[in-house]
Amino acid sequence: MSQDGVNKARRTLLVGATAGVGAVGAGFLAVPFVKSWMPSEKAKAAGAPAKIDVSKVEPGAMVTAEWRGKPVYVARRTDDMLNTLEGLADRLKDPENANKAQQPEYADNLYRSRKPELIVLLGVCTHLGCAPKYIPEVQPQPFDPNWQGGWFCPCHGSRFDLSGRVYGGSPASDNLIVPAYMFESENVVVVGVDEENA
Amino acid sequence: MSQNTNKIMAWIDDRLPVTQTYEKHMSKYYAPKNFNFWYFFGVLSMLMLVNQILTGIWLTMQFTPSAEAAFASVEYIMRDVEWGWLIRYMHSTGATFFFVAVYLHMMRAILYGSYQKPRELIWIFGMLIYLALMAEAFMGYVLPWGQMSYWGAQVIISLFSVMPYGDLLTEWIRGDFLISGATLNRFFALHVVAVPLVIVALVVMHLLALHEVGSNNPDGVDIKKHKDENGKPLDGIPFHPYYTVHDLVGIVVFLMVFCTVLFFFPEGNGFMLEYANFEPANGLKTPEHIAPVWYFGAFYAILRAVPDKLLGVIAMGAAIAVLFVLPWLDRSPVRSWRYKGIVSRIYIVIFGFNFALLTWLGTQPATELLTLIAQIASVIYFGYFAFLPVAPKFEKTKPVPERVTGGH
Repeated sequence: MSQDGVNKARRTLLVGATAGVGAVGAGFLAVPFVKSWMPSEKAKAAGAPAKIDVSKVEPGAMVTAEWRGKPVYVARRTDDMLNTLEGLADRLKDPENANKAQQPEYADNLYRSRKPELIVLLGVCTHLGCAPKYIPEVQPQPFDPNWQGGWFCPCHGSRFDLSGRVYGGSPASDNLIVPAYMFESENVVVVGVDEENA
Repeated sequence: MSQNTNKIMAWIDDRLPVTQTYEKHMSKYYAPKNFNFWYFFGVLSMLMLVNQILTGIWLTMQFTPSAEAAFASVEYIMRDVEWGWLIRYMHSTGATFFFVAVYLHMMRAILYGSYQKPRELIWIFGMLIYLALMAEAFMGYVLPWGQMSYWGAQVIISLFSVMPYGDLLTEWIRGDFLISGATLNRFFALHVVAVPLVIVALVVMHLLALHEVGSNNPDGVDIKKHKDENGKPLDGIPFHPYYTVHDLVGIVVFLMVFCTVLFFFPEGNGFMLEYANFEPANGLKTPEHIAPVWYFGAFYAILRAVPDKLLGVIAMGAAIAVLFVLPWLDRSPVRSWRYKGIVSRIYIVIFGFNFALLTWLGTQPATELLTLIAQIASVIYFGYFAFLPVAPKFEKTKPVPERVTGGH
């Protein structure tokens, strides 16, 4: 084919314009494919609050409930347990709840709870999402010779105290999340709602 | 008869370059004559790829990809489907042997400098295959929907939460606010259709790039420098029939080991099929000891060795990413470790064993001592890549021979 008399500049412009419009079109076409991976309406609807009866939770014991498919821990701490919390500050990454996203305002205290003895935590390790194990006994552990009781994540060895605050040296960087919750009555905790977002 | 065959071939060749392609890639592809044991693992990887595709297609005929039915359908394959147990174990054992072959294949390239100029693209395509293979294996392990499937997926997908818009990204990958049936279904689609297509395409590119520049060899010398009067490399022999027959021996020995594991240790003592995965997925309870399957162990050990979430994920990503730039980190004037200096020779061996150590550590619980060892091993791992560019500055290499040594 002869290249004589070809307007090279016009050809470049036309090729560029065609490629540009094509790329924009491909971008628009990609949207439904990418968006179809987002949680469906059905998945979004499955987030109802969970009611937990805590009357049977003995001092020192913990129960696990399900909320939005995730484990929620409710533990009733003894006075001895609560006394361990005070002296741990220099072993913890965030003893003063500096990261406000990890608990609602009413749980922004030493006990990280509404009632000192009863703690409600999301049982999802802030490292990579495993469910930490409740080990309340104060005794030397293979992962910590000076264990003061709390939660231990079996996946990557993150350690949390009995308020769900993360120990230094853990791969997790944040304290366990305290979800929004309120007391419907003396012994019924509702997880997923509180005064602010009922 | 043969005249007719020739006529038919000529008719086809006029329309499709069958003979030409066969000669280019088989009967007139000259490979160095001094290949050793390490050179079996490329063809063995391909053998395992075929095994995975074949058994995988058969498994999809019985498997049900839904959170409610997946676990039971795997048990159904194992107990009720005729020969289902064999096909499933061929697939699960095949995954392990695929990785064994690929790791040894990669170690071969590291030993003999097969990634060096002009074979950088072969190495890059190989790394992309490795990356796709890891994604493929990870998603495949989620499908039986056991405890380890569930929590393994939880951990691996959570890795993405350290990125900007991490929560949105993890929701997008899972298709839900937690690992659920939506995750399982899309992983099934990716594992069965999308990723295998990518892997096969990459294997084709890997081989085309290899056949363009020709194979390296244990001496790392260029066999194209010395040719006979017909232009054939003096140190090369045609791939077919010499290496096809030669490889058959390797394939038979490999399959003997494969069958031993397949029939006598299909669970691989918990390293291939973990015990926790014989329990259906339970989103409220993490298994006592959660560990990846053995072939992810090294990177998992590096992740755990760093006591910080973001830095741990970065270290793990870097451990894989650094391999991509290996051809540009190695500044040595020689390819093969045979002619490198003594420090390089020692470090290359340590690197190999250190990777095996990291792999083992990743499968063990995180005690204080093991974490310390993992930290040291991680430093040794990254140290190798820091050492490579500076090695030629203080180290003398040995003279490389003109022609290959040994060979049959």
